Amino acid sequence: MAYSGDKEKETPSQTAGPYVHIGLASSAAGFEIYDKTFGQDIAGPHAEGERIRVHGQVTDGDGAALTDVMIELWQANAQGRYAHPAGGGPVEPGFRGWGRAMSDFDTGEWVFDTVKPGAVDGQAPHISFWLVARGINIGLHTRMYFSDDAALHAQDPIMASIEPALRRATLIATRSDEDTVPIYRFDIRLQGHGETVFFDV
Amino acid sequence: MPKPCDFTPRDRAWQPPALTLENRTSVARSPRLALHPLQNTLSELTGPVFHNSEIGAHDHDLLRNFARPGESPIGERINLHGRVSDENGRPVAHSLVELWQANAGGRYRHVNDSYLAPGDPNFGGCGRTLTDADGRYCFHTVKPGAYPWQNWAPHWRPAHIHLSVFGAGMAQRLITQCYFEGDPLIAKCPIVNAVPCQTGRDRLVASLDLEASGSFDHIAYRFDIVLRGRAETPFENRPEGS
Repeated sequence: MAYSGDKEKETPSQTAGPYVHIGLASSAAGFEIYDKTFGQDIAGPHAEGERIRVHGQVTDGDGAALTDVMIELWQANAQGRYAHPAGGGPVEPGFRGWGRAMSDFDTGEWVFDTVKPGAVDGQAPHISFWLVARGINIGLHTRMYFSDDAALHAQDPIMASIEPALRRATLIATRSDEDTVPIYRFDIRLQGHGETVFFDV
Repeated sequence: MPKPCDFTPRDRAWQPPALTLENRTSVARSPRLALHPLQNTLSELTGPVFHNSEIGAHDHDLLRNFARPGESPIGERINLHGRVSDENGRPVAHSLVELWQANAGGRYRHVNDSYLAPGDPNFGGCGRTLTDADGRYCFHTVKPGAYPWQNWAPHWRPAHIHLSVFGAGMAQRLITQCYFEGDPLIAKCPIVNAVPCQTGRDRLVASLDLEASGSFDHIAYRFDIVLRGRAETPFENRPEGS
């Protein structure tokens, strides 16, 4: 191979700033430009498994909801496979397992619709989150687990590695069955009491 | 397909810390507790895959992708090009690169931007492309203008373009900003100065590339991007507690 093998350092990160929508979700910025906007349809029409809605807020150290945060999410399908060449096998046509959620400019609420993922590689079902916003210098990685999988959480190697154990609860979304689709609430706290666990992946 | 090799750990001393007092907004938005180390699993080693068939023919051309027929945006026409590789020097091929920027006057096409510089009806301010087999990308655009922002005190942002890059797995995900060689505002910018060392800050500056300018209708700037590399071998059997 012609590669030098020399270690070049990773390009430094910079904040996504307040206008991230222009580049990554232009309709939120107030205009349409591309024929196909990425990140809106996560599971596609043919995905098997339980259709769910996930919503929440991201709050700062003052308890204020961020109104300019962008969340990217990445998840397996109901069989625990990722839509990737090394993802564990084929997935349903149209299943990407990736999407973007933008917080509302007034309330800070974000929401997305998907299917509940299956267990992956010995881990409990989870959705990986990546957060960027003004004032966040480098994207924050976290995970969302599901409150109805409590028995599986005890076996999950990532969950088990978190100490003190009381912080594990920051990764668990709470299920509600009061609507036509199950709704999970997942609030993320950047700082202060109940600070969400963020990962160095 | 076997499990891909783990990504090498991110050098947190090289990257900006969460809290940079110079940037007021980071104070309440920075986690205070230590990041929890997470050995890569399939969830971090994989990430979304995009295809050329999903990208429009002019998505990479900001001179055309929002302009009215026969018109084009105002400003200095530039070609921003470069190569995306990983820390091992390998090209990051077929990877999505998205960018966004202000217009030549420093105004963004965004409902929340109220800076008095005028909007440009022929400029959207965003583009996207996939890298080629050698990791190369190219955008046509105009050089953005500087604009003021309210920090602890009023500051000017140097002219910059935001870039978002994927790589092969979510652990490589990166958003950065590219500045332009010779701009005296770069050294004064609290956001640039979030990067701890000068070598790192220099890496965010696109270099003037007159040789690549070719035809006399644009100036070229080169901006190479490096994503995290991979360990040399898959690491399936890990010591306890790692």
